[in-house]
Amino acid sequence: MKKADLKSLDLAALWRGLTRPDPAGHDRVVPPTGFTAQLTVFSAGAMAFLAVFALALALATGRLADRWSSELAQTVTVRISAPEDQMDQQTRTVMEVLQTTPGIAESRLLPDDEVEKLLEPWFGPDVPVEALPVPRLIEVTEAAEGFDAEALRLRLQGEAPGAVLDDHTRWREPLVSAANRLRALGLISLALIAAASAAMITLAAKAAMAANGQVIRVLRLIGARDITIATAFVRRFTRRAAMGAAGGTVLGMAAVWALPSMDQAGGFLTGLGFQGWGWLWPLLVPIAAAAIGFAATRWAALKILREVR
Amino acid sequence: MIEMQNLSFGYSGNDPLLADLSLTLQPGSFHFLTGPSGSGKTSFLRLCYAELLPTAGRMTAFGQDVRGLDRDGIAALRRRVGVVHQDTQFLDHLPVAENIALPLIVSGEPVDMPALGDLLSWVQMSGQARAMPPELSGGERQRAALARAVIMSPELILADEPTGNLDWEMSMRLLQLLIELNRSGKAVLIATHDLNLIRAAKQQVQARVLRIAGKRLQLAGADL
Ligand SMILES: Nc1ncnc2c1ncn2[C@@H]1O[C@H](COP(=O)(O)OP(=O)(O)OP(=O)(O)O)[C@@H](O)[C@H]1O
Ligand SMILES: [Mg+2]
Repeated sequence: MKKADLKSLDLAALWRGLTRPDPAGHDRVVPPTGFTAQLTVFSAGAMAFLAVFALALALATGRLADRWSSELAQTVTVRISAPEDQMDQQTRTVMEVLQTTPGIAESRLLPDDEVEKLLEPWFGPDVPVEALPVPRLIEVTEAAEGFDAEALRLRLQGEAPGAVLDDHTRWREPLVSAANRLRALGLISLALIAAASAAMITLAAKAAMAANGQVIRVLRLIGARDITIATAFVRRFTRRAAMGAAGGTVLGMAAVWALPSMDQAGGFLTGLGFQGWGWLWPLLVPIAAAAIGFAATRWAALKILREVR
Repeated sequence: MIEMQNLSFGYSGNDPLLADLSLTLQPGSFHFLTGPSGSGKTSFLRLCYAELLPTAGRMTAFGQDVRGLDRDGIAALRRRVGVVHQDTQFLDHLPVAENIALPLIVSGEPVDMPALGDLLSWVQMSGQARAMPPELSGGERQRAALARAVIMSPELILADEPTGNLDWEMSMRLLQLLIELNRSGKAVLIATHDLNLIRAAKQQVQARVLRIAGKRLQLAGADL
């Protein structure tokens, strides 16, 4: 039999059959498949649960990477603590050094009030900052190609002994790439979960149809069109996939929601979750599962029907 | 309705089971098809509802070349031909009444419950409407199969050994149903090797007897 012969299984007709109610009792012509049904619902649920976590991981690591890399862009400072009479002199020297260092795009001396604001969390608002030996801060913006921190440090040591190059936040750089890697892993996991779900539903649908080979033969013999037979199976499996996935998604979202919040847990875990509109993302999981169930069952139906005249 | 010209058929390669058949089934006609076991009676019927395709020659059903039918075309053909299969095929998970109404259900037509009730009592199956097919006796299966074959009001009814494992009384009852159908204008073709059945029918209707012998189809004489 040629492939074109099965053109009547076209998507639009199947879709209409899927969304229409079933007053004629078409679904009943296919015997109930208890155990396969439960397995399909369960597996779709489990896959959806995992998908929600993979999605949360991808979103969270994406946010983390964005935040860290934007922090990285302005993390280098030069701090100058020197006796009162040398302060201006050293500040000028440092500014000159920075301007002649390759790889530095910009350097800016923070005005006193900004420095005070930075110190406020440490000393409180009422502390008379003028009375303290407050260091000068120079904010350094790195050029894209970066600069040689060790060379700069040595130069500063020689020319302005009170200056300290502070680039301690640079240690996050490998973390940013790790976060990006994690995001990619999360997306790959999502793709794998989708593929595994498709394989699983295809197997279940094929098994159910193969087990019902006799039913399909009888239906064909009494004049049932392919679309009628396929719709009965596609309806069933699409609904099961969607139902199972909806359950799994709800559980997954609840589990993510119940994770310790930002303040309680530190470090990496802080961001794992959905934020604001991000909570809508997991709602796509049951829709995707239904689409996968639809496509997989249609494919299985095509294969089985091709063997029956 | 069905027209065959020099039709040949074989399951495998170059060894035909049926060769050079020519036959026209007219509306309202009554035919018997006989021949030894394994001669190809069932295969002949399967050709008629396009479960098999001829390997050579020409065959049209209701004016359409069967080889030109797509799968939906085949489904449409099968709705116009009522078949009582040799191994009566039911869906075992549905009760008898629903099995009988199945051709209506799968073609999306409404099931007229009073008409279904009439049909059940016509084949004397009213009491078994809610029974499941595996619970039926052989005769009950045959009558249920006949009811399913006629529910779409087909113009042609094919019955493959409908009395195969029935006693004489039940065979006569079933034959009577088929004769009634023929009198209401439907063409009937019965495959059987029960000569007594053919003789009984010939007393009531004008029946032609076809015999498959040596791969060919012959018109049997009046010697029966
Ligand atoms: N699907 C098949 N593939 C190959 N050969 C088959 C197939 N079906 C039937 N045959 C062979 O074709 C021949 C005719 O079979 P068929 O069923 O048409 O005979 P029949 O006349 O109906 O016999 P019976 O009176 O026993 O029902 C037999 O030899 C059978 O073995
Ligand atoms: Mg036979």
